[in-house]
Amino acid sequence: MSASENKPDSSSGGSMSRRSFLRVSAGATALTGLAALAAGLAPLRELSRFTSVEKFLQKHYHELSPEQMKRVLERIAREVEQQYDLRPHVRDLKPMDGVEFVYALNLSRCIGCRRCVHACVAENNQSGDPDLEYIRVVKMPKGTFDLTKGDHNYEPEEVPEDGYFYMPVQCHQCANPPCVKVCPVEATWQEADGITVIDYDWCIGCRYCQAACPYFARRFNFRKPRIPKERLNPDMSYLGNRPRESGVMEKCHFCIQRTRAGRYPACLEVCPTGARKFGNILDPDSEINYILKEKRVFTFILKEDQGTLPRFFYYLDK
Amino acid sequence: MTGTRNYLRFLGRCLGIAFVGDWRYYAWMGVLTVICLAGLNAYANQLVEGLGSTGMTDQVSWGIYIANFTFLVGVAAAAVMLVIPVYIYKNRHLHDLVVFGELLAVAAILMCLAFVTVDLGRPDKFMHMIPGLGKLNFPGSMLAWDVVVLNGYLLLNLHIIGYLLYSRYQNRYPRRWFYIPFVFIAIVWAISIHTVTAFLFVGLGGKEFWNQAIIGPRFLASAFAAGPALIILALQVIRRVSEYRVRNEALLTLRSIVQVAMLINVFLLVCEVFTKFYSDTARGVSAKYLYFGLEEFNALVPWIWGAILLNVVALALLILPVSRSLRYLNIACVFAIVGIWVEKGMGLVVPGFIPTPLGEVVEYMPTWNETLVSLGIWAFGLLAYTVFLRTSIPILQGRLNKNNEHRALTDSIEESPAGGVEPSQP
Repeated sequence: MSASENKPDSSSGGSMSRRSFLRVSAGATALTGLAALAAGLAPLRELSRFTSVEKFLQKHYHELSPEQMKRVLERIAREVEQQYDLRPHVRDLKPMDGVEFVYALNLSRCIGCRRCVHACVAENNQSGDPDLEYIRVVKMPKGTFDLTKGDHNYEPEEVPEDGYFYMPVQCHQCANPPCVKVCPVEATWQEADGITVIDYDWCIGCRYCQAACPYFARRFNFRKPRIPKERLNPDMSYLGNRPRESGVMEKCHFCIQRTRAGRYPACLEVCPTGARKFGNILDPDSEINYILKEKRVFTFILKEDQGTLPRFFYYLDK
Repeated sequence: MTGTRNYLRFLGRCLGIAFVGDWRYYAWMGVLTVICLAGLNAYANQLVEGLGSTGMTDQVSWGIYIANFTFLVGVAAAAVMLVIPVYIYKNRHLHDLVVFGELLAVAAILMCLAFVTVDLGRPDKFMHMIPGLGKLNFPGSMLAWDVVVLNGYLLLNLHIIGYLLYSRYQNRYPRRWFYIPFVFIAIVWAISIHTVTAFLFVGLGGKEFWNQAIIGPRFLASAFAAGPALIILALQVIRRVSEYRVRNEALLTLRSIVQVAMLINVFLLVCEVFTKFYSDTARGVSAKYLYFGLEEFNALVPWIWGAILLNVVALALLILPVSRSLRYLNIACVFAIVGIWVEKGMGLVVPGFIPTPLGEVVEYMPTWNETLVSLGIWAFGLLAYTVFLRTSIPILQGRLNKNNEHRALTDSIEESPAGGVEPSQP
């Protein structure tokens, strides 16, 4: 039975016909729905400067012409200046010919002071709130390399502690990087000098690379990174330490803004025991070449079975 | 073109009928809409605050979003368990029900896409994944594969169902060449979406918990249990609230599918647990965390044992003749769905990250905001599925038809609405 047959007189006569009643109530429902939708989306009003048209349309790093790159660097400088009242020097440093960077870390010398961690944070403009660090120092009981026995949150009065050794871990700049392979948008890749970099403006924040990394080297900006103004390092590089945004990955890049300009990484310079060595493996006279050749017996690769071919080695004095 | 106009009118009527129903329909849709909006509000909060509003950390960087995504890909894939009997084995009982299965697949894929989107740190850059505009890392990244197969599956199913329903609406026999090839492609494709989703995890050499060949087969087995179980429940609801006749034989055919799939699923679970624990190597530490906890860290232990209990009880019920009684079949289905949701959702995703590659143990617990977003997406999926059913049932019954187009222009769209004032009880 149709409804209109039930009430034959409702469509004609009567102060309010069934149809117009339905229209009114449908309209009221639609209005309520829209109001509820608006209320639901209200938090978005705080979403200022989430992105700009310029950023939205920006091309992938590999497709930016020098002219476009100049404008991008200009934009970054402008944004940094707005936020930190400090005009940064933003460059896009390219890899040098005949250079492949390699890092070696002397476990016999490391005392676990974490100065490298803090120097890295300062050099690379990492967020202070929430804390974000590229280097993780693991305190290990002597006699094992089983990382599950390590302590990540040690806070003693004094280091080193008896019976322990310290193993700092950071990005291993693998020659066969699992993180690069899995990225769905090619936002991360390996450069000619062996550094695996991230285009922060291209990353969509899926964190697949983070799941793929066997060294726990990648970090995600779960919140908007906050760098204390007085700590900002104005010497910046596009693929390096320029400030990042919420929702993208970052990681150690061997201080690209320093090393591609002929300087040592910050973590190496600050190390009080000289446990950290860095250089060009393609240069036969480099210190790093000597260490890897001469200390070969006592050199080892973390998680060698992963087949990631790291450019980061650990070695022992004797 | 009249063709286009006819089609638009068809779509318009489908949309129109979605807003008509009895009080139960309005109540159900109202509740879902409210949850949806709450979820949308939570997502808006997340966009403002960042993913820090979730329980995820650098240590456990995927959580309940990816867990739900994984489960729902399985539900979507399970539509083939209706399609195969009908199109390959010519099963009569399931014939008309295929549409309901495929509609569930569409709703599930929509939820999958939503869950992946809310998991992104920068959803504003989604076009970086679109070939041409962005740089889709295909075939290198399994996530790129997933984007391709999921969207492809969505389109395939939309085409098949859309065409079948529109033909029925127009009182025309569907032209076989226009949909049968796609049906067979969709069968293979359905297997592929879940295999690819499994490979997403399996392909990570650094995660011993995932880096195993058994994950793929287990995904399929659990999907072919949970998916048809969900369809059974959906059909039970359909036959109660609408006049659509769902025969007991159809439900019992589905029961035997769930039965076999559940048997295989539990068998594969035993295989996995044996491998992890009997050899007792130091590498099985994630499994140890999941099943027994690591010292004071044991957030997942009650969940996984609860899930195993539910799975075993569901299996027992399904094997015993008692589940030929539909009430027990319903219970078995609910148990199987919840058990599998826990076991292959949180039970698969979270322990993969614990401990971290550097041996650190950090636990994960979803926040309230994250839970709201997830509930919102589930409500959205149910809303979509309800609308699909609300439209397709009258079409299948011939009540929403080209012939009654003119009468439809009045307010009373149907002679007796599905889910009408007095639905006939089966």
